[in-house]
Amino acid sequence: MQSSSHAAGGALPVPRLAGHFASLEVQNHAARLGMWLFLATEILLFAGLFICYGIYRFLFPEAWAAASRSLDLTLGTVNTVVLITSSLTAALAVHYAKDGKNKAVAVQLGLTLVMAVGFLVIKYFEYKHKFDIGTLPGRFYSYEDIQLPGVPLYFTVYFCATALHGIHVVIGMVVLSFSLVRALKKADFGPNNFTMVELGSMYWHLVDLVWIFLFPMLYLV
Amino acid sequence: MTPSSSIAAPGANPAPEEHHDHHPSYLVDGTTIKSWLLTVDHKRIGLMFLFWVLVFFLVGGIFALLIRVELLTPGPTIMDAMTYNRMFTLHGLVMIFLFMIPAIPAVFGNFMLPLMLGAKDVAFPRLNLLSFYIYLGGATLALWGMLNGGLDTGWTFYTPYSAHTTATVAPVLFGAFIIGFSSIVTGINFIVTVHTMRAPGITWFKMPLFVWAMYATSCIQVLATPVIGLLLVLVTVENLFGFGMFDPARGGDPVLFQHLFWFYSHPAVYIMVLPSFGVMSEIVSTFSRKNLFGYRAVAYSSLGIAFVGFFAWGHHMFVSGQSTFVGGLFGVLTMLVGVFTAIKVFNWVGTVYKGAVEFKTPFAYFCGFLFFTVFGGMTGIALGTVSLDVAWHDTYFVVAHFHFIMVGATIMAFLAALHYWFPKMFGRTYHEGWGLVSAALIILGFNATFIPQFLLGNNGMPRRYYEYPERFQALNVASTAGATLLAFGFIIIALYLTYALVYGKASGKNPWRSKGYEWMSESPPPTHNFVGPQPVFPEEPHFYVDPKKAEVPNAV
Repeated sequence: MQSSSHAAGGALPVPRLAGHFASLEVQNHAARLGMWLFLATEILLFAGLFICYGIYRFLFPEAWAAASRSLDLTLGTVNTVVLITSSLTAALAVHYAKDGKNKAVAVQLGLTLVMAVGFLVIKYFEYKHKFDIGTLPGRFYSYEDIQLPGVPLYFTVYFCATALHGIHVVIGMVVLSFSLVRALKKADFGPNNFTMVELGSMYWHLVDLVWIFLFPMLYLV
Repeated sequence: MTPSSSIAAPGANPAPEEHHDHHPSYLVDGTTIKSWLLTVDHKRIGLMFLFWVLVFFLVGGIFALLIRVELLTPGPTIMDAMTYNRMFTLHGLVMIFLFMIPAIPAVFGNFMLPLMLGAKDVAFPRLNLLSFYIYLGGATLALWGMLNGGLDTGWTFYTPYSAHTTATVAPVLFGAFIIGFSSIVTGINFIVTVHTMRAPGITWFKMPLFVWAMYATSCIQVLATPVIGLLLVLVTVENLFGFGMFDPARGGDPVLFQHLFWFYSHPAVYIMVLPSFGVMSEIVSTFSRKNLFGYRAVAYSSLGIAFVGFFAWGHHMFVSGQSTFVGGLFGVLTMLVGVFTAIKVFNWVGTVYKGAVEFKTPFAYFCGFLFFTVFGGMTGIALGTVSLDVAWHDTYFVVAHFHFIMVGATIMAFLAALHYWFPKMFGRTYHEGWGLVSAALIILGFNATFIPQFLLGNNGMPRRYYEYPERFQALNVASTAGATLLAFGFIIIALYLTYALVYGKASGKNPWRSKGYEWMSESPPPTHNFVGPQPVFPEEPHFYVDPKKAEVPNAV
C-alpha cells in the first residue's frame, strides 16, 4: 500500500518503483512533471504581488523612486550574488548526483545551505534597520525624511514580497537538507537515482529566480 | 507519453472471474480505522471526501434554509440583521469552498480518474491523502472561526470592509487559504496522472470525456488558486495589522483587490461546473445507448472554457469604475464562454437524438441539468451585456443566475454522478422509483426557489438585504416554499441511499451496461482496480455503435 514517487528503497541503488507506475522512467517523469506544475503555481502566487507592485508604482512613481533609494543597495547586491551562487552549487549538486559522487553532492548542498543562511542573515540586518528608522508598512510607517503619499504602500509591498520570498528560502532549505542528509547517510544517489536532488534544486532555482525579479523591482527603481 | 510495459494480450478482459475470490473489494480490504485514515487508495480517499463533502453540504444547506426563513417576512423574522449577514456569508463560503469546489473533482474525480485511465492509482497517492487532510484542516480552522464570531462580509470579502469589520475575518480566510492548497494538490495530481498513467491503448483522444473535463478543471485549479491564496493572506494581514494594501485611506486600491479576487473566483465557477459537464457527457451517452456525438468538440470545448474563463473576470466589475472599453471587452469575452458551452449542449442533445433512452434517475438529472445550464447560461449572456448588467448588478437576478448555472448544474451533476456510480462505488443498487421521485422534487424545488428570485431581481430587490418592501413578499414566500421542497428531496435521497448502502441488492459488475472504461473492473473494484496484468483498451470510450456499420441501429 505504501507507494510514492519519492519512496526510499532501502539500500538499493535506485528508488523503489511504486507499484502503480509502469516503469521507473514513468515514475521519474511524473515526479518532474508534478514539480514543474508546482513551480507554475508558485510563479502565479508571486504574480499577484507583482501586479500590486506594478499598479502602485504606476500610481506613485515619485514615492516609489524615493522609497527605493532608502534601501541599502550594497546589501541587496551582495544578497543577489549570494543567492545566484547558491543556485550554481545546487545545480552542481544535481550534476554530482548523476555521477554518483555522494560526498560532492553533500558538499555542494552544504554550501548552498550556508549561502541560504547568509542570505537570511543579511536580510535580517536589512529588516532590523527598517524597524529602527521606521520605514514600515501601512500605519506603522514613521520615517520622517521621506513623506510622500504612497511611500508606506511601497513598504507594504516590500515587506510582503520579501517576507513571502524569505518563507520560500526557508522551505527550500528544508527540502535541500533532506537530500543532504540522504547523501551523507545512505549515499545512494547515482545515475538512476537523482530525482530527489533534482527536484529540490529546481525549487531552489525558483526561489532564486523570484529574487532576481524582486531585486531590480525593489532596489533599482 | 504512454506507459509501455506489461501489455496484456490485445482484447483481454481485465479481472478474470477465477481471480475474483482472492481479491477483496477495496471496501473490505482492511477494516481497521487506521486502514481507512491512512489509506493511499484513491477510492477510499474519494469516499472519505464524499462523507465530508456531504457533511458540509448539510451545514451550508441549513444556513440556506435559515436565510430563506428569515426572508419570509419583510421585517425581522427569526434573527437579527448581524446574524443574517453572517448566515449568508457562511452559506456562500461553506457551499463554495467546502462543497462545490471539491464535490465532483475530489470525490468522483479521485474515484473514477484512475479507473477510467486503466491505472492502479493516481500518480501521487500520498499527496492525494495529504490533500484530504489539508482540506479537513482548513475546514476545521474556518469552522472554528465561524463559530467564534463568524464572518459578515459576504463570501467575496471585499476590502476595505473586510479589513475593518470586527467579525473574525482572519481564521476563516486563513482556513480558506489552506483549503486552496488541497485544491492545488489535487489539480497537480490529476494532471500528472492523465499525462503519465494512461494504460496502453488509451491515447489522448480515447480518454473518456469525464477525464477531459477533469483535466481542464485541474488546469484551472493549478493556475488560478495560487492567486486567491496570496489574496487571502494579504487580506488576513490587512485585517490583523492594517498594512493598507487595499485601504484607500493609505493610497491602496480596493478595485485592485476586486481584480485579483475575480481573477480566481471567476475561473472557480468553471472549477465547479466543468466536472459537471464531464459527468453529464458520460451519463448522456450511457443512457442513450449511443456514442457521444462530436467527441472531439466536447473534449476541446472543455479546454476552451478553461482558457476563456481566465479572461472574463471583469464582468463582475462592470460598475466598479472600469472604463467602458474594458467593460465591453470583458462582455465579449464572457459571451465566448457561452459559445463553448453551447457546443457541449448541442452535442449532448445530438447524442440523445434517436438514441434508445433509458429514463433512469441519472438521466432524469441530465434533463434537469440541461434546463439549468441553458437557462442559467442564457441569463449569463444577458448579464454579460454591460448595459443590462448595470441595472441587474447586485440584485436577486444575479443571485438566481449564478444559482442556476453554478449550483443547479453542479447539484444535478453531483446527484447524477452519485446515482450513476453508486453501484460502482458500493456494489449495490438503490430504489429506482424513489430516485425518480426525489429527482422530480429537487428539479421542481430548485425552479420554485430561484425563478421567483429572477423576478425579484428584475423588480429591483437587491441581494444581501435583510429587510425588503411589502410588495416583494409574495415572491419571497414562493422562493422559501421552493427551498423547502428542495430540502425534502434531499432528505428522501439521504434516506433511500443510506438504506441501499446497507440493504441494497447486489448490483453486479455493470448494471447500466455502460461502455465507460471504469465499468471494466469489478464493482466495487479491488484495491488495485484491475486484477492481473494492466488492461488494454481496444475500443473507444462511449462506444455503443460502430458508426461505420449502422446509421440508426437497435442500439439496445
